[in-house]
Amino acid sequence: MTAETLHITTPERATIHPAWVRVCHWINALAILVMIGSGWQIYNASPLFGFAFPGAITIGGWLAGALLWHFAAMWVLVINGLVYVTLGLATGRFRRKLLPVSPRAVVADIKAALTFKLSHDDLSHYNAVQKVLYLGIILMGVLIVASGVSIWKPVQFQELTALFGGYDAARYVHFAAMAAIVAFLVVHISLALIVPKSLRAMVTGR
Amino acid sequence: MARIRKLVPDVDANALIKEAGKLMPDASRRAFLRGAASLGALTMLTGCDIVDEDSAEGALRYVSRFNDRVQAFLFNQNKLAPTYTEADITRPFPFNAYYDLDEAPTVDPATYKFEISGLADYKKPWTLDELHALPEVSQITRHVCVEGWSAIGSWQGSVLSDFLKRIGADTRAKYLHFKCAEGYTETIDMPTALHPQTQMTFKFDNKILPRAYGFPMKIRIPTKLGFKQPKYVVAMEVTNVDRGGYWSNQGYNWFSGL
Repeated sequence: MTAETLHITTPERATIHPAWVRVCHWINALAILVMIGSGWQIYNASPLFGFAFPGAITIGGWLAGALLWHFAAMWVLVINGLVYVTLGLATGRFRRKLLPVSPRAVVADIKAALTFKLSHDDLSHYNAVQKVLYLGIILMGVLIVASGVSIWKPVQFQELTALFGGYDAARYVHFAAMAAIVAFLVVHISLALIVPKSLRAMVTGR
Repeated sequence: MARIRKLVPDVDANALIKEAGKLMPDASRRAFLRGAASLGALTMLTGCDIVDEDSAEGALRYVSRFNDRVQAFLFNQNKLAPTYTEADITRPFPFNAYYDLDEAPTVDPATYKFEISGLADYKKPWTLDELHALPEVSQITRHVCVEGWSAIGSWQGSVLSDFLKRIGADTRAKYLHFKCAEGYTETIDMPTALHPQTQMTFKFDNKILPRAYGFPMKIRIPTKLGFKQPKYVVAMEVTNVDRGGYWSNQGYNWFSGL
């Protein structure tokens, strides 16, 4: 028996995340960091609320630089996102991993998580809270791109802008989607650090 | 809201300077992409500063030129910017420039001449009276600033594409280049120049354009960001050479279409 066949027949060595998921994940991680950092600098030029982001945690140095970063990283984010969603649907991974999800299961798993009874033994199986968060973040990705496009092109894509309630309203939607993504990242990164093998799985696949 | 600034005569000079400061580069021009160095995550991941400033700036400018072509492709000459009603007009409409209103150019209407050069048959300079005699159209549209804020205004003037016909401009040329009284310059693409809502504007809200809004002439382009729309315009050249513009030369996207 060769090492290769042994490898395949050993169940605990099964791939949790296929290569395309890992590649898309880390490209997305980089793109989203640049989008958020440059987005904060752009926000500072005309804040929607009574605060500005500290310059040290923004990208671009000044408005023009931030816009250049934002409109370059946007291509990485969108192309990578399209590849990810297409493969997620085509391979059936989204359906297998993220569905079904019921409100009752979510409540039960939140309770379990808060009392530290939620199991992370099988990384290939997502609990209901994970399912909701991962479905939610994919929808947020769609929302932030759609609201971003309606701010960028409020004349050429005015029908889309109107869907958000106009140019000014679309800016608030874009900001809210960013805030939701940042909130997700806080939870997502914290949990990855608490359960380091999940981080290892997203790097090595196992 | 800080966006709504007071206008002449009791203009808030401090707010204006602060406003202009946001568009302006930091103390040093080389600070352009300094934020790249603060891309801490990248540095931590790789253990070295992978973002070399000059190559990053070069790459970003390259993508910006690519984005110009994408925007030119997306631009539809028949797609009109949404129009609004009198009640939607933002009052007071903000003054916006990289200088204080006190420093805005004062153009003498008696000696004013609008100079035409380049690829046009009739290059006789136009007096203000002659310009005011042109057929007038009106629009209430949204002005969108590169900073993100927007305001709805009412502009009256002559359709630029009609004027281009009148002076026998070669509309197969690629660009129109504008010069302004204070030295501001801007270059726009011909398809945008020929858009039906692109206007040589002489009035704001049915009154002669005040100095704050670009007396005696502004080029109103509801399909572009505010900085692409020159005020205090004194000269226009029909050309195949991209002569750049005040802000795009400093790193802002050239096409900046909406």
